[in-house]
Amino acid sequence: MNSGGGLAVQPQQAPGLVPASAWLRRMPQFTLAVFLVPIGAGLLGTALPAFGWLPGVASGRWTLAPWRALWAQPGIGTAIGLTLTSGLSATVLAVLLVFGWCAQRSQRSPGRLVRGVMGPILAAPHAAMAIGVGFLLAPSGWIVRLLSPWLTGWHQPPDIATVQDPHGIALTVGLLVKEIPYLLLMSASALGQVPVQRQLDAAAALGYGRTAAWFKLVLPQIYPQLRLPIYAVLAYALSVVDMALILGPGNPPTLSVLALRWFSSPHVRMYFPAAAAALLQFGIVAASIALWRGGEVLVARLARRWIARGARHSVLEPLAALGRGIVVVLALLGAASLLALAVWSAASGWRFPDLLPQRWSAAAWHQQAATVLWPLGTTLLVAAAASAAALLLVLGCLEAEQRSGAPGRSRSLWLLYVPLLVPQIAFLFGTQVLFTAMRLDGTLLAVIWSHLLFVLPYVFLSLADPWRALDPRYARTALALGASPGRVFLRIKLPLLLRAVLVAAAVGVAVSVDQYLPTIFAGAGRVVTLTTEAVTLASGGDRRVTGVFAVLQSALPLVGYGLAVLVPRLQRRALRIRSAS
Amino acid sequence: MSDAALRLEQVSIALDGRVLIPPLTEQILPGTVLTLMGPSGSGKSTLLSFLGGTLRGPFRTAGRIWVGSREVSTVAAEQRRIGTLFQDDLLFPHLTVGENLAFGLARAVRGRSARAARITAVLAHAGLEGFASRDPATLSGGQRARVALLRLLLAEPQVLLLDEPFNKLDAALRAEFRRFVFEHAAAAALPVLLVTHDRADAEAAAGTVLEFRTDAMGTVFIERTSPEQSESAASAPGVESVREGGG
Repeated sequence: MNSGGGLAVQPQQAPGLVPASAWLRRMPQFTLAVFLVPIGAGLLGTALPAFGWLPGVASGRWTLAPWRALWAQPGIGTAIGLTLTSGLSATVLAVLLVFGWCAQRSQRSPGRLVRGVMGPILAAPHAAMAIGVGFLLAPSGWIVRLLSPWLTGWHQPPDIATVQDPHGIALTVGLLVKEIPYLLLMSASALGQVPVQRQLDAAAALGYGRTAAWFKLVLPQIYPQLRLPIYAVLAYALSVVDMALILGPGNPPTLSVLALRWFSSPHVRMYFPAAAAALLQFGIVAASIALWRGGEVLVARLARRWIARGARHSVLEPLAALGRGIVVVLALLGAASLLALAVWSAASGWRFPDLLPQRWSAAAWHQQAATVLWPLGTTLLVAAAASAAALLLVLGCLEAEQRSGAPGRSRSLWLLYVPLLVPQIAFLFGTQVLFTAMRLDGTLLAVIWSHLLFVLPYVFLSLADPWRALDPRYARTALALGASPGRVFLRIKLPLLLRAVLVAAAVGVAVSVDQYLPTIFAGAGRVVTLTTEAVTLASGGDRRVTGVFAVLQSALPLVGYGLAVLVPRLQRRALRIRSAS
Repeated sequence: MSDAALRLEQVSIALDGRVLIPPLTEQILPGTVLTLMGPSGSGKSTLLSFLGGTLRGPFRTAGRIWVGSREVSTVAAEQRRIGTLFQDDLLFPHLTVGENLAFGLARAVRGRSARAARITAVLAHAGLEGFASRDPATLSGGQRARVALLRLLLAEPQVLLLDEPFNKLDAALRAEFRRFVFEHAAAAALPVLLVTHDRADAEAAAGTVLEFRTDAMGTVFIERTSPEQSESAASAPGVESVREGGG
């Protein structure tokens, strides 16, 4: 395990450190296995049927028949084109808009808008956000209502496909709304590590305005830290399933939705073109990331010349201002989408072009109370179990790393990002085959494990920095006082880092609640969560009922983050009260 | 190159009702140095930020700033043509030495070969031949400081502000870099405002010295020493103080 770093441990002991027990030392390898083995096996198990090999169904002969079947599907070319245009345009636009925003305002604090509006958008599950964006953009949605009839003259919802449009524009908008806050958060943390203001001042002394200086000086320095998050957004946007089901066109849909459709088919023979489509999806993502990397090299080369030309004025200035404006509009769109979910869930009678329901009612909530309970419980159970497992593994890895004295290396980040870079559709079928072989398919355990694949990286990314930043002298002092390493961990490190641990747990819950495809595959359709229900209802269900499920789905991560902030605060207050008495 | 003087007209700065800089009226002629001395926290650097146009925060400022016949008090920092050399060299780590200089080099020098030639010449003149393709991180502190000054001068400022740029260098390098800065500033005939808390810097500058002092009541006042006086001061202690304000 040489490439490990963050997760791996060097064998030699740094002097003065306490040796880790054997199981703790193996923790990093175990953790890697927990999430890399199912993905590796899953990729293999998806790739083999693409060439005609599926245990128990067909075997022994390599064939390209699945690919011929794939090409014979009607609309396959359109589906691929749609995948590429929506995924690439959403990523390129999101990245450029975020850069524009940062160039116009690159103080370390991301500002009130980011904290107040972007937070809930960031926390909201993709499916709920897509449903909300749909409510907003639909022909009978809030935007059309806002403009009708005074501007449009419409007294009936127009017969225009404003969502599920054939060009995937609604899907692109939905992706933008959801991915921009994520990239802003990543940018804010990268900007915190560069003396931005001093460099901009130095550039001002050389005659450069803020925007030009930001693009020429700050961006090249923070980009390396944004690379993996951007690739993750790119991979996600190209292969997203739940948002594409809700906002994307139905016939043909994007490639990953096609693959899911065929994987869900009652006819086993459809698994073969499905596997080919899944593998093609993998290829598209891999090629897009490679293309992006090539683009980076090219842009970097051109940028060096551009910087050396010494131009003080730049056309980027108005463009960045425009970008900043668009970010604000998209943030408001996201906030309005979440609000629309709540309004629909409490609406009773809402005539077209009225801006608000004529009557409000909790009827939908009452009627759904019984139906909602079981998926809600399942969602909570899976989220809690996956987050708890992820926390245990991550804490074990970090503790093993500290006891061995081997600092985390950035190369290991790539391993952590594997589940975020490989399209879910490209390996979940194979993982399900693995679960079936282990007689786990359709069980809660399988669902929890499949969620863990995605929860784990985010929990690690969230917890690693604060954990590594803790002043090591606290632990050394406690050790010097005779406490065992285990006691130091439980009584010193965990309490000191309680807030970070709880935030990481909340991140884990949010990621788990977000998962649609893993629940569908690992649950074999038998495990129903709020997310799977919301996506199912979104296609033509009652908006009030859909609203109930989507509101609950969005509320869970928010409650999680709220508790993560509140609990340490209450604890500190209790300490103060005890000290006062 | 430039023959514009830097003029401050009743420039003052306060923070939370406390006077940092009492009203200050000064003229710095091209090719001369005015030195501001005072303990840290006395607001010297704040004054430079205000002159450079990069002052942020809850400061209350007043007064007018002139570069030659241009009033720049309300002009954006990047358009004032006032160059500041900071305590840190702030060489941009993602660019080579040559690219750092090219970033600074005024747009008036056009064409890749012309710009490259200019940078090669400037580096050679500064005793840094062949450094254009080097990574700034591989340079010594003294070399980095020199590149930072060259970068600033290539932008063709009309005024040079020195914000304790010698502070982080060790004694030997310090004198050498000081000489380097003053020679270049004199060659470009720039008015120079130097902020320091090291008397040796002030002596090397050989110009008027303004010293920030606080009286027993906590009121900030400024003691002014012109070069002739400073020579006599060396023989006989007791400098004549000129109250320039205070509040």
